[in-house]
Amino acid sequence: MTVQTWTYIIVGITFALYIGIAIWSRAGTTKEFYIAGGGVSPLANGMATAADWMSAASFISMAGLISFMGYDGAVYLMGWTGGYVLLALLLAPYLRKFGKFTVPDFIGDRYYSKTARTVAVICALIVSFTYVAGQMRGVGVVFSRFLEVNINTGVIIGMVIVLFYAVLGGMKGITYTQVAQYCVLIFAFMVPAIFISIQMTGNVIPQLGMGGTLSDGSGTYLLDKLNGLSTELGFAEYTSGTKSMADVFAITLALMVGTAGLPHVIVRFFTVKKVKDARKSAGLALLFIAILYTTAPAIAVFARTNLIQTVSNKEYVNMPEWFSKWEETGLLKYDDKNEDGVIQYVADASKNELIIDNDIMVLANPEIANLPNWVIALLAAGALAAALSTAAGLLLVISSSVSHDLIKKMINPNISEKGELWAARISATVAVCIAGYFGINPPGFVAAVVALAFGLAAASFFPAIIMGIFYKKMNKEGAISGMIVGMLLMLFYMLKFKFGIFDGGKEIVATLKEDWWFGISPEGFGTIAMLVNFAVALIVNKFTKEPPQYVQDIVEHIRIPSGAGEATDH
Amino acid sequence: MSEKQKHATAYWKENLRYLVILLVIWFAVSYGAGILFKDALDAFKIGGFPLGFWFAQQGSIYVFVILIFVYVRLMNKLDKKYGFNE
Repeated sequence: MTVQTWTYIIVGITFALYIGIAIWSRAGTTKEFYIAGGGVSPLANGMATAADWMSAASFISMAGLISFMGYDGAVYLMGWTGGYVLLALLLAPYLRKFGKFTVPDFIGDRYYSKTARTVAVICALIVSFTYVAGQMRGVGVVFSRFLEVNINTGVIIGMVIVLFYAVLGGMKGITYTQVAQYCVLIFAFMVPAIFISIQMTGNVIPQLGMGGTLSDGSGTYLLDKLNGLSTELGFAEYTSGTKSMADVFAITLALMVGTAGLPHVIVRFFTVKKVKDARKSAGLALLFIAILYTTAPAIAVFARTNLIQTVSNKEYVNMPEWFSKWEETGLLKYDDKNEDGVIQYVADASKNELIIDNDIMVLANPEIANLPNWVIALLAAGALAAALSTAAGLLLVISSSVSHDLIKKMINPNISEKGELWAARISATVAVCIAGYFGINPPGFVAAVVALAFGLAAASFFPAIIMGIFYKKMNKEGAISGMIVGMLLMLFYMLKFKFGIFDGGKEIVATLKEDWWFGISPEGFGTIAMLVNFAVALIVNKFTKEPPQYVQDIVEHIRIPSGAGEATDH
Repeated sequence: MSEKQKHATAYWKENLRYLVILLVIWFAVSYGAGILFKDALDAFKIGGFPLGFWFAQQGSIYVFVILIFVYVRLMNKLDKKYGFNE
């Protein structure tokens, strides 16, 4: 059977599965719509969180990115996993005990202020919208590559599917489809990785194969081989990297803290029954995520070695079939600068003849390694599962921000349960349409904006929530000014150094590198903005009135895992 | 101070102690071994991995997972000790 037929079959089966689950688990109440009724088991929540978290970017782009960054890729690996330690230890149990529907709920109640709630809603909407646009685009790319439909048609198919189960099922529908999507995506990611690991190193486990010896009988370690190939072509040694230590440190911390502050991740811990379950499901979520995140760097090493050996100094006419196929998609570009018909792939940009897109490393990997057609089709289903599950989770945050935080809590508190449910469904629908619009007409800055989403989450939510739990005397003036200053500072730095709008536009961004504060890139600046948030909040708090007694009692109450209503009656 | 409040204060103190210990380890494996002392650790090798590189791309993630499960165990015990378990 051809790849095409296989893809239609496998993608078709998985989609039927998702829709079936959505019909079975549709939501009848707002509680079911927002937090799946609060009765999800830790195991299911762990898988759903993992699928929610791992986006098209994790699935398709990350391994490729790492394969070009070498050691520096660790910022993503540690940054996007270490945040779960912070979540499990510092946030999840207490937010679960607090027991409301959304993150702005917590900020609004803990800081006894509508302003605080409004600031939180705005942050949540900015963060989620920037994130979801990239996901819809990912869906379109996968459809167009594997099913050979137009990208826009792909986005629309994706929209209809997400719309169907997010609007019908709310959090309940999303959670159970995400469990299925996790299984699909992890299977799809691991199968090619295992095949390639066996081919290259003879080791079944990619995480070990990465540090193993080549199976060609030479006894050379794979990483030594890759370091040799890289330096020969003028690249940095693979295991060393090129970023400064301060920048690696800052980016890693910004991503970790950003992860712990992302509303669509935090809200997952509202869906379990007990505080105990919230802790456990954070652990399970990270375990499920770690399976992919420890395999990705192995794939990066395999793919890069394979690629260099296949193309470097080889004649263009002898390239295998996949080469021309990926050239057609524009993800692979060959420009014979010295007209010798041989591919020179080197670090020196003036001599380099091959431009390789990050995404190709995962998507073309099975073809480069000559794996059977069904593996390639499986990869398409996995990439779609990753993109759809993340998009659905984000859409839910957007719709609950609008229907719950804006309509119910601010505009019309008397809205009926049924009315609120309808408002949630309508806002989910509108959100899907907006996301779809951005998917079809992607703003050129999607990648930059996703980094901004982490920076913003780190600079706004994380300090406010942490101090809300661990510092009883933090008042509304402190928290609000901290969030606003942190967020504005982050926006300013991003606009200045990522978009160059104060100095004459995008073209000169590269030259501004010299002016980076403390040598820290915009991606890592969330760390600084977060520290500034903490500092501003603490200083303002010192000169303003301490929070009312009932708020301090709430804090005491959420610190203890058992019995709602028990800690306040003294 | 009532008995319950005393329990709550003691519980919170022990909880904070656990957090500090676990977060020190969290910091040591990722920022310590994976970033700050990466170059020094690279002098050692496990299999084909330079040690610092291994911590940055593999080891720290394994430790993160273990840390959360250790925390879950410690807290479940603590909940029981002070009668806050459900």
